[in-house]
Amino acid sequence: MNSHVNLERRRQAIYGWLLLSPALILLSIFAFYPSIATLWSSLFSRNTRRRPSEFVGGENYSDLFADPTFWLVVKNNLLYAGVTIPVSIAIALAMALWANSKISARGFVRTAYFTPTVLPMIAAANLWLFFYTPGLGVLDQIGSLFGLPSVNWLGQPETALWAIIIVTVWKEAGFFMIFYLAALQTIPEDLKEAADIEGASRWTYTRRIVLPLLMPTTLFIMVNALINSVKLIDHLFILTKGGPSDASKLILYYIWEMAFAFFDAPHAAAMTIMVLLVLGIVAAIQFFYIDKRTHYQ
Amino acid sequence: MSNRMDTIGAVLLAVIWISPLLFAVWAAFHSTSDAVNFTLLSPWTLDNFRTAWAGAPWLKYFLNTFTLVTIVLTGQFILTTLAGFAFAKLDFPGKDFVFILVLMQLFILPEVLIVENYAMVSRLGLFDTILGVGMPYMASAFGIFLMRQAFKSVPIELHEAARIEGCGLLGILWRVYVPLAKPTYLAYALVSVSTHWNNFLWPLIVTNSPDTRPLTVGLSIFGAPENGVDISVISAATLMSVAPLLIAFLLFQRQFVQAFLRAGIK
Repeated sequence: MNSHVNLERRRQAIYGWLLLSPALILLSIFAFYPSIATLWSSLFSRNTRRRPSEFVGGENYSDLFADPTFWLVVKNNLLYAGVTIPVSIAIALAMALWANSKISARGFVRTAYFTPTVLPMIAAANLWLFFYTPGLGVLDQIGSLFGLPSVNWLGQPETALWAIIIVTVWKEAGFFMIFYLAALQTIPEDLKEAADIEGASRWTYTRRIVLPLLMPTTLFIMVNALINSVKLIDHLFILTKGGPSDASKLILYYIWEMAFAFFDAPHAAAMTIMVLLVLGIVAAIQFFYIDKRTHYQ
Repeated sequence: MSNRMDTIGAVLLAVIWISPLLFAVWAAFHSTSDAVNFTLLSPWTLDNFRTAWAGAPWLKYFLNTFTLVTIVLTGQFILTTLAGFAFAKLDFPGKDFVFILVLMQLFILPEVLIVENYAMVSRLGLFDTILGVGMPYMASAFGIFLMRQAFKSVPIELHEAARIEGCGLLGILWRVYVPLAKPTYLAYALVSVSTHWNNFLWPLIVTNSPDTRPLTVGLSIFGAPENGVDISVISAATLMSVAPLLIAFLLFQRQFVQAFLRAGIK
C-alpha cells in the first residue's frame, strides 16, 4: 500500500514537471533570463570598437542620475501616471454608473464607451492626429469658431504631454468601465430600496454605499492603470516622438530610444532595472496588501 | 427629471467618446479639402481607400497579423493548458515556489525587457520572423493563471470517473477538463487576439521587412509624417486596419465584454 502511494506521488511529480516544462522553458528564455541579463549588462560599459565593454559597477546608474533628460522623462512619466490614473478611473466610474442606469440609448452608450478599447494605440493616435493638427485639425476649427488662435497642440512643450494624456485616458477609460459595470451588477437591489426608504438622496446612496462597495474594483483598476502608465507609449511614435525637446518623452520610449536609436544598451538596461524595481514594488503591494485587504466578500 | 439629466450626460459623453472615430470615417470618405473644411454636402468618395491601398502591401500586413495572432494563440493554448493543469490538479514538491515565479512574470512586462528579448530572439535566429514576434508571449503567466482557475473548478468526481474508465492523465485533461473550460478558452482567445492584433512596440523592434511586419507597424510607417500622406488617406488606412477587429467587436459585443471581464477578474 505504502509503495503504491509512493509510486503515485512520484508519478504526479514527473507528470507535473513534464507538463510545466514547456511553459517554464519559455518563461526562462523570455522573462527570467532577460531580467537577470538586464541587471548584469547594466553594470558594464558600452561595447565600442575602440573600447571593449568592462565592469563599471553603478556608473551607468550615476550617469542617468546626472542626466537632466532622464529626470525630465521621470517627471513626465510621473505626471502621466498622476493624471491618467485618477482621471480615467473617475471617467470609468461615471461611465459605469450611466451605463448601468435605466436610461434610453443604453446600448449605444455602452458601445461608444467601450469601442476605443478594441482599437490599437497606433490607430487611436492616427485618429487623434486629425484633432490635433494645427490649422486643419478639429480642435483648431472649433477654437476658430470662438475666435481663438490656432494652437500647435503636439508641437509645443506646454501642451504635448497633455495631448498624449488625453489619448491615453480616451483609450483606457472604457476598458476600466466594464470592471465597474460588473461590480455594480453584484450590488443587491435591496440596498437601494433600503436607502430609498431611509430617504437617502441618490448622491448619499452613491457616496456611502456604492463607492465603498466598489473599493476592491477600484484598487484592481488602479494597479492596471499604473502598469498602463508604464506600458502605453505606442501613440508617442505617431504623435510626438517624445518631443518637442523631450517634453512628452516617457520612460519606456526613452528606453527604446536609448537602445535602438542611440545603441546604448547599458544605459537602457539600467533604466529597465529601475522600471522593474518600481513594478516589483507595485506587485509586492498588491500581493501583500491589496489582496488581503479587499477580497473580503 | 434626474433621469433625463442622466440620459443627456451619458449620451453627450458617448458622442464625445466616439467622435474621433466618426471624424475618421468622415475624413476617410471625403477628399482632403472637403474633409478639413467640413463641407457637409460634399460628395462621398472611395479615392482615399484606393490611394491608401496602393501605398503599402496591406494584404501582406493583414496576412502577417493574422498569422501572428494564430501562432500566439495556438502556442498559448497548448502551454497554458498543460501548465494550468499541472498547477490546478497535480501535487508535487516545488509547485508553490514555481507558481510564485510564474506570477512574478505578470509584472515583468515583456514590453519592458525589449533590449534583452531582442538579443535573445536574434540569438535564436528568429529576428525578423513572425515566430520571433510571437514567442515571448506564448508562456503567458496570465493565461496559466486563468487556466488554473478554470481547471480548479472542475469537480474531482468527473476526474475520478474518467480514470476508472481507464483514461490516462493526458486523456483526462483532453476529454474532461478542456471541454469544460471552453468559456475560459473563448474569453482568453478574444483577449489574446485583440491584444496581439494591436501590439506595436515589440513587433516594431523585431520585424524589419514587409514580409513579417504586422498591421500596426505597417500603419505607423505608412502614416509617418515623413511620408507626407494627408489626413484623409491616413484615416482611410487606419479604418482599413482596424476594420476586422472593430466589426467583430460590434457583432459579438457581449462576448467581448464578457471575455475582458472574465480575463480581468480572477
